[in-house]
Amino acid sequence: MSVVQLVALVVVAVGAWATVAAREPVRQTVVVSLYGLTLGILFFTFQAPDVALSNIVIGAVALPTMILLAIAKTKH
Amino acid sequence: MEDPPRRPGELSFRGRVRLFLGGAAVLGALLLWGLAGLPDYRSFTPLYGQLVNKDAISERSTTAVVTAVNFDYRGFDTLGEEFILFAAVLVLALLLRRLADERRGPLADSPRRVHTTSALVRLTALGLVGPTVLLAVYITAHGHLTPGGGFQGGVIAATALLLVFLGSDYEHVQRLRPKPLVETAKAGGALAFVLIGLAGLIVSGAFLENFLPLGHPGDLVSAGTIPLLSLAVGIEVSGGFVLLLSDFLTQLLVLHRKPDR
Amino acid sequence: MSFLPYLVAVWICLVGLWGIVTSRHLMHSIVCLSVVQSSTYVLLLAVGYRRDSAAPVFVDIPFGTPAVDPVVQALTLTDVVVGGAVTALLLAIAVQIEKHLETLDPDELDPLRD
Repeated sequence: MSVVQLVALVVVAVGAWATVAAREPVRQTVVVSLYGLTLGILFFTFQAPDVALSNIVIGAVALPTMILLAIAKTKH
Repeated sequence: MEDPPRRPGELSFRGRVRLFLGGAAVLGALLLWGLAGLPDYRSFTPLYGQLVNKDAISERSTTAVVTAVNFDYRGFDTLGEEFILFAAVLVLALLLRRLADERRGPLADSPRRVHTTSALVRLTALGLVGPTVLLAVYITAHGHLTPGGGFQGGVIAATALLLVFLGSDYEHVQRLRPKPLVETAKAGGALAFVLIGLAGLIVSGAFLENFLPLGHPGDLVSAGTIPLLSLAVGIEVSGGFVLLLSDFLTQLLVLHRKPDR
Repeated sequence: MSFLPYLVAVWICLVGLWGIVTSRHLMHSIVCLSVVQSSTYVLLLAVGYRRDSAAPVFVDIPFGTPAVDPVVQALTLTDVVVGGAVTALLLAIAVQIEKHLETLDPDELDPLRD
């Protein structure tokens, strides 16, 4: 296994833990966006550019946007 | 009227944690035991994938095999996934509709209105809208040649609308996405997918059969129905995500509870 | 070391489940659910990977070069997009819950209350 894959896997594992450990929703949104980015990098190291592209767009852009909008709506 | 009954035997938080840790240990052990039965991940590829890699280029004149699998070899699964997306957006639009005790307030009254951001943010966001839309069209159109396709391109197109919101006001977003157009696009994309599949049934005897001329691999117009299906999915996904984003925005900025609630 | 991708997939799944079980805020548990979903993506791609293989795109490499499995990639990519839409649906449900019940704490949401 190449070193890049090893590092990417470890970073993703840490990122998953960080996403769960961030209890406050707004903070968690930023962390989940970063997690989506690290997943995208992992998918690249696994020779899957299509999946990386769609994960970056959804998990790092569209999804955190909707989470933030939903959080903003519920805080009044 | 009596009080609603308390749930009997409700677990405390620590009891719940202990129960979870026990269950997770068992689940983890079972998963690892099952996965240990798989061959080394570096040396094994499923046979179906190897066959597709070998034959997809000659059979379907594509160079991006993943898109070919999505829209041709496993086109039926993609149809199902597309309709899951359609249903999810439909239910979301239903959930976030204006309820009986809400009214559409003017934007100026909204406590959540985003005030004018700095000129640099607005310039950058608006300047990036054009390239983003172009990128979305490129990725959708070249799905059968390079990585990409309708799914990715559609979401990128919806992201362009988000950039418009960041760079300007909610009113511009409203003007750019007339509701009938977006809903027609979403439904039309789903319908187009089914119609192309039915056309395959009529022409060649199998649903979603690739019946258009195949062309030369590497050309923009090649691979038969694959770019058409990719385009249909792109229109549907972009319509769906635009609807999602704008429904959330409308909920946040415009719909308010009536004051006597 | 060759077991690491599977180990990471199981780890992500369990960590996400832990987050859902111990969550005190509905939005937090929805995001943890999407983390659990991401563990399946890692597992699928690990199954399809092959040593020293290229991506299954043959624009610039000769046809017939060994490549990784495209079928699992096709499955995963539609999964990601549709999973995002379903998570948005869950968020809309949470918004409506907050409107009617004034709380987003899972411990206070009693399913039997009318």
